[in-house]
Amino acid sequence: MQRVAAIQAIHPELERSVVVTIMGAVAAELQSIGHRPNFFYLQHAMGLASSVGLGIALSRPKLPVVVLDGDGSLLMNLGGLTTLARYRPRNLVHVVFDNESLLSVGGFPTATSTGSDLAAIAHGAGVPRTATVRTVAEFRAAFLAAQGASELTTLVAKVEAVGPAAYVTDLTLLENRFQFARHLKERLPKE
Amino acid sequence: MPVSVPASTQIYRGLKAAGVRIVSALPETWLVHLIRMVEDDPEMTLVRLAKEEEGVGISTGAHLAGVPSAMLMQNHGFLAAINGIVSCGQLYRIPLLMLISQRGSFGEKDPWQTEGGGVTEHVLDALRIPFDRLDSPEHVEKRIAKAQTLAHSASRPVALLLYRDLMWED
Repeated sequence: MQRVAAIQAIHPELERSVVVTIMGAVAAELQSIGHRPNFFYLQHAMGLASSVGLGIALSRPKLPVVVLDGDGSLLMNLGGLTTLARYRPRNLVHVVFDNESLLSVGGFPTATSTGSDLAAIAHGAGVPRTATVRTVAEFRAAFLAAQGASELTTLVAKVEAVGPAAYVTDLTLLENRFQFARHLKERLPKE
Repeated sequence: MPVSVPASTQIYRGLKAAGVRIVSALPETWLVHLIRMVEDDPEMTLVRLAKEEEGVGISTGAHLAGVPSAMLMQNHGFLAAINGIVSCGQLYRIPLLMLISQRGSFGEKDPWQTEGGGVTEHVLDALRIPFDRLDSPEHVEKRIAKAQTLAHSASRPVALLLYRDLMWED
């Protein structure tokens, strides 16, 4: 499965959630499909996207939160999985696109290429729902199930190590950050 | 344990008065009472971390969601969190309120704490993070309020260093 096709397959469902992504290909591909004010791209601080998602989910328990993580990022903050599992917010879906490499720096293979299993690690950390999927159809079905489950889910999607031609987009970091915060503020009365 | 309960209570009150509702923490000796006070307060959410850098993400998420937060950590935890502070907190102009126990200063008896105390203020300076000391009971609550005010007006991380003279009853 290609990651861009997987993101495309769930893009309509991201409208009702707030979304936090990692840097690099995930951020660029989501923007290429269509940016929305409820999307925040953490364009550095590798590993912290899941922690940012947890901070939002704990602050706003009625707001559905989706984190689009990656294997390289998650491997930098495996301890964060134990924190996610400890508080297990029901309003958080944690997607991990696992291409077994650090693609944006030239394809350096990560430990998932030599057998480390992120869904098993998440399960071992105590995340109540975990799964690994390999096709776009499986991914979409598992994502919809996770959104409806009202239980913290880590969904690992095995994807090909291909990405966009460019990583820098015309959405500046601070424009995105302030737009996202304003969106969350305006959305509060509706929760 | 000679960690000051009155000082911990003052800090807790200062955080509460500043509107802080989410506190991330990694336990360290000087912070035990404070962490317990946060945990016992139904109006506050304590987030126990595996590593301090996660707290940058928690506070960033909380801020973007409109909830004031604070981070409690030892200075070695601050040193461990620096990439997150720079590449999330500073890059995205997040008003992180960091309370850092300044271990390894004069009076420190634990040999393993002695390196961190010597570098912490220099690192804060190098990072251009505004900071002040909490070393005496009379200014605790006022300085927490002022730190919080600057963090929000500047939209930047700020730090308060908790010193031995305040936290430890030798």
